[in-house]
Amino acid sequence: MTDQLVIGGHPFNSRFILGSGKFSLEIVKAVVENGGAEMVTLALRRANRGGEENILDYIPKHITLLPNTSGARTAEEAVKIARLAREINCGNFVKVEVIRDSKYLFPDNYETIKATEILAKDGFVVMPYMYPDLNVARDLVSAGAAAVMPLAAPIGSNKGLSTRDFIEILVNEIAVPIIVDAGIGRPSQACEAMEMGIDAVMCNTAVATAKNIPLMARAFGLAIESGRNAYLAGLGRVLTEAEASSPLTGFLED
Amino acid sequence: MAVKRTDPMVYQPGMEIITSDILDKVLKNVDNYDYSKVSAREVEEALKKDHLSMGDYGALLSPAATPYLEEMAKKAIIETRRHFGNSIGLFTPLYIANYCENNCVYCGFNCKNKIRRGKLSLVEMERELEAIAKTGLTELLILTGESRHHSGVEYIGAAVKLAAEYFSTVGIEIYPLNADEYAYLKKCGADFVSVYQETYNLDKYQQVHLSGPKRVFPYRFDAQERALMGGLRGVSFGALLGLGDFRKDAFATGVHAYFIQQKYPHAEIGFSTPRLRPFINNADNNPNDVHEKQLLQVMLAYRLLMPFAGITISTRERAGFRDHVIGMVATKISAGVRVGVGGHEQEEKGDEQFVISDPRSVTEVHQMILNRGLQPVYRDYIRV
Repeated sequence: MTDQLVIGGHPFNSRFILGSGKFSLEIVKAVVENGGAEMVTLALRRANRGGEENILDYIPKHITLLPNTSGARTAEEAVKIARLAREINCGNFVKVEVIRDSKYLFPDNYETIKATEILAKDGFVVMPYMYPDLNVARDLVSAGAAAVMPLAAPIGSNKGLSTRDFIEILVNEIAVPIIVDAGIGRPSQACEAMEMGIDAVMCNTAVATAKNIPLMARAFGLAIESGRNAYLAGLGRVLTEAEASSPLTGFLED
Repeated sequence: MAVKRTDPMVYQPGMEIITSDILDKVLKNVDNYDYSKVSAREVEEALKKDHLSMGDYGALLSPAATPYLEEMAKKAIIETRRHFGNSIGLFTPLYIANYCENNCVYCGFNCKNKIRRGKLSLVEMERELEAIAKTGLTELLILTGESRHHSGVEYIGAAVKLAAEYFSTVGIEIYPLNADEYAYLKKCGADFVSVYQETYNLDKYQQVHLSGPKRVFPYRFDAQERALMGGLRGVSFGALLGLGDFRKDAFATGVHAYFIQQKYPHAEIGFSTPRLRPFINNADNNPNDVHEKQLLQVMLAYRLLMPFAGITISTRERAGFRDHVIGMVATKISAGVRVGVGGHEQEEKGDEQFVISDPRSVTEVHQMILNRGLQPVYRDYIRV
């Protein structure tokens, strides 16, 4: 049985998307390999092509790059950054991030929809980072988003699925892949997200702040796989009281 | 004969007055802050919280918090790593001129101090910029003394334009401007503005700023707000530690930044923690009661108040201190520093503002960052 994640027509075997901005470049390769990630985000603002400490030199070549537009405060800036990413051969994928809140780093859903529309028309595979709002998710899909990336909790907070109920609604209602981004702090939370039927999990801080970063990447990779398998297997009901083994109404004859 | 000094609350001609209640709010908070009354229990309570109230923040800056420095550091390192990961930003300052019209008693550039004055021509500036860019740095901080005559806004604008050709991020640490002038410098390519209030105590402020535009307290105070009105991306705050009551000044600095962030939530907030340093003709200038322990306490309190804020550690501090605070609390470090006019490529055209404590090159600081298990970050912004 093949269970692939398909984003914008591109199949992936791994459902773990790794953020790369918070740990040392020398271990990027080990982290990617241990986590089994096939897609790695990178902040284009950090891609110092030809300069010192360029992250692009450290990401293995077979990995799909997911450049993000971090630093953008408006749709216009996000569009420009995405186009720059394409110019320096980072591919067609782009994670749209439009943030004008320095404290919580919450996405600006309105500007995100605008940027998504422009970039999707421009041929990008657009994966917008968003605050989990059903109407916005629908608008993003209409605007051409290839996936939506709702936040579980504020970036870096490691608080887990604080927005669980709202994300669950997106899982039920939205046809494109739902990728939980931001706030996942433990492998168990990533596993829980996958059990809910979320299509993939992206994480950065939780891995980057571990003592043994490659090992934590591996733990996340396994948790995500495990959660996915549980979802596919169909979770049993959690019973709060004893259940009769034969139907209580089985005696009825007509 | 006693010299009659001007009222530091009265604006000088040409200084823009904006409508803002932040000054009043900050001074009110500072007036109510009595660190001598803080108990150990209040410090412990503050340490348990994720979001500090002003009272909690004050507690962490109090003498009662001194025995809790290790706990504060443990909490700070978690926050710093959470928000910045392993990344340590690298930059260097470029002083383009040291003419100054202010008489500030603690500063080597003060107009009464007999030092060699100079300013870089655009040709000299370009040579400096090229030399700095060759070190791999992509972030530059441009500094001047305060002289609209020798280093006017047009001159600074020309410097910023030139710097923006070589550097992806350009900060300015210059005299306070009006909002339209900040907008002009933004257009030239400036990203960040640093303005340090030095002290938030008005009496002390007028004792140490004897004359010149800097004597006007509220015009300086509102500089960050005018910079944000002018469209700058971020602003930095700082008190010159050792000048006045450092606990109250640090408290005020944090409160100031807090209210600015509340009003301008998109603004990137930064802190610097300069301590007084000796300068030419004043070898005894020193940070008084702000020893390294107190300095660290201030830095930790800033971090815990605003876990998302950038904190810069300058070459005013010794290498050993700088090496240990990066990653724990500081997120940005200068390297290859010259604090005279120019000096990166050619001989300095003017004397230094103060005596630096850490002369290491970019390569040396880069290696130190790696040795500490951290990641030197050269570029962290794309100008689009």
